[in-house]
Amino acid sequence: MAVRTDQRPDPEELLRRVQAGERRSRRGRLKVFLGYAPRVGKSFRMFDEGRRRKQRGQDVVVGALQSNLTADLECILANFEVIPPVVEHHAGQEWNVINLAAIFRRSPSTCLIDGLAFDNPPGSRNPHRWQDVEELLDRGIAVITAVNLQHIEEKQDAVERITGKRAANSIPEAFLLEAEEIEVVDAPTEALIGRAQDTSMPDPRQLAELRETALLLAADVVERQLQEYLDDHGVAVRWGAQERILVCLTPRSNAKAMLESGQRNALRFHGALLAAYVQDVRLTSADQERLNANLDLARLLGAEVHCLHNDDLVEAILDFAREQRVTQVFLGHTGRERRWWEARGPVDRLIDAAEDFDVRLFPHREDQ
Amino acid sequence: MSERHKGRLKVYLGYAAGVGKTYRMLEEAQDLRRQGVDVAVGYFEPHGRKETIAMTAGLEFVPRRLITYNNATFEEMDTDAILRRRPAVALVDEFAHTNVPGSERLKRWQDVHALLDAGIDVIATMNVQHLESLNDQVWHVTGVRVRETVPDWVIDEADEVVFVDLTPRALRNRLERGVVYAPEKAQKAMDNFFTETNLSALREMAMRHTAHEVEEKLAAAPLAAIAEAALLPADGSQPCEEPKPQRKERVLVCLTGNPSSAVLIRRGKRVADYLQADCLAIHVSTPGEEDRDAIERHLNFARNLRIDTHVVEAVEIPRAITDFAREQRITQIFMGRSAPRPWYRRAETVVQMVVRHSREMQVTIVASRRR
Repeated sequence: MAVRTDQRPDPEELLRRVQAGERRSRRGRLKVFLGYAPRVGKSFRMFDEGRRRKQRGQDVVVGALQSNLTADLECILANFEVIPPVVEHHAGQEWNVINLAAIFRRSPSTCLIDGLAFDNPPGSRNPHRWQDVEELLDRGIAVITAVNLQHIEEKQDAVERITGKRAANSIPEAFLLEAEEIEVVDAPTEALIGRAQDTSMPDPRQLAELRETALLLAADVVERQLQEYLDDHGVAVRWGAQERILVCLTPRSNAKAMLESGQRNALRFHGALLAAYVQDVRLTSADQERLNANLDLARLLGAEVHCLHNDDLVEAILDFAREQRVTQVFLGHTGRERRWWEARGPVDRLIDAAEDFDVRLFPHREDQ
Repeated sequence: MSERHKGRLKVYLGYAAGVGKTYRMLEEAQDLRRQGVDVAVGYFEPHGRKETIAMTAGLEFVPRRLITYNNATFEEMDTDAILRRRPAVALVDEFAHTNVPGSERLKRWQDVHALLDAGIDVIATMNVQHLESLNDQVWHVTGVRVRETVPDWVIDEADEVVFVDLTPRALRNRLERGVVYAPEKAQKAMDNFFTETNLSALREMAMRHTAHEVEEKLAAAPLAAIAEAALLPADGSQPCEEPKPQRKERVLVCLTGNPSSAVLIRRGKRVADYLQADCLAIHVSTPGEEDRDAIERHLNFARNLRIDTHVVEAVEIPRAITDFAREQRITQIFMGRSAPRPWYRRAETVVQMVVRHSREMQVTIVASRRR
């Protein structure tokens, strides 16, 4: 992959954003409350937000409810207008389907939808409830909704690794990214255990892992939305809340040590791992092979590999690191003493020029 | 986590004023009161917010203490009075607050420790920008150098850290409606600190930090072989074999009197914390060295962050660093950049020499991260 010479996203990406922006201006606003496990209190937060909007004079209705309501929720709900879902029976099962037609007729400014991940019965207008929500948004109705981590499609493998269970229905992560607002409903895991009566509840350790996963998912969404906002407003930033590690590879680097360390750091910080090399046609075939092996290892360890096109190694790394908001650059060094008549080497120049990232030096392998 | 304390500490962590930390704390207090738990408000900062003040209805307040300093009177939490009152649970707003000179303790979190030691449970509130390890990052993002900081270990030791979320849009709406500050102050805040980008970045930091706290507590719990077990074997071979126990990392931070040492200490400690590594600091004292005050300040700062600090007397700085590192089985050395030198001084810098002499260790040169 070539490095972009300018800081602007490619035209197709820009077009997508312009279209998304146009669609958004007509669409209702979407707000999603994200919980890490059942009973974390996301429905309560959602209805509480609805209550406050009502107090401020907005026209709020409830379009979908979960069946098992707590006393707290019953109490709040008494003050809402509910547009009851249509109850359908299919193959001995009861389904609650959002009554879209009734909501369109009623045309509220905001609609509350609990249980976002529910599916509709076969033969419905939309197979999934989240698609019903899209229709509400397209009609200019703002939607507040709530969903649990286990129902985010892209996180279902991770959740299954933690709990050994997989929820049958899901929503795509892209739906979250489209939301104007996503709010995390966090709570100590202990409180949940006290609240839960049934045995289907994950154990404390599993809950803690789910909680961490949900927080990191939300952080990633915030990071991506922030990046879009900055791009849209032409703001160049050189920082990030996320740790981003760049491993610079040459034929002579001790790639194994550098990449393993990079991977461990990226994993620990829940950050990104990048690897880069500078295109050099003058490499001998033996060196090219060594470099290729290093790049293969980088890919194997999950690094995003980039090729830099710039004869000046230091400039290439500086530009790329700035563009990618890198926080740590890993470099190899020979460990050889520099003679007084020699010019300062690339490592020294990079250290002098590095304003926004740390430089971590790794000795080359003894045998090379 | 806190084995030293008898009481339990719970912290509501937010990312800015007005996200609803105090409200959540009071909500919990009302729940506890209904359950018959003996709750008292140790310190509450109303900021003139109506909804929040309404949440204190029926709660008992321990009166504040008046302290006179420079002919002005300040109100502080009355820790002794709370200790005498001995509630089961005390509420303490603004955990990161620095007490006015003349108070018994420097920081409010130290007052809270006194309560915990007496067996009182504490529920406290704090914003993420007050965490010591995030100080440089927060400054970089917002341009604000936060002066009131809390060392990370204090929060690591809390039994619970709960993230209080609110979207930046909702927070800015609150500001516009005058819920958070008086209208004039609100507009100023929105133009400066409370911008969309600042709030988003702070929010992301708070989310990541809470996730980190959850992970730390998981790792401290028994059967903690999670993250490492998920690693692929680096050479792609023997995927079934038990992952080799990673040699424990040991980080060494090289302190000087240079002002950039504070950034260096925070950065080294942060990396060490995330790698669950030991963190040491060394200062090599040379004959006739200057800026002793600054060096002492930096050593103290490191000690406050629970870094194991050492002072070594030597003539040759690089040699002293690498000898010490080897003796201490250090895996990573953190250094600041050597000062720029005139062109005619072609001899090697300290950094270059340390790099050359420490072949089995990684050396990290920490950036100054100017804005």
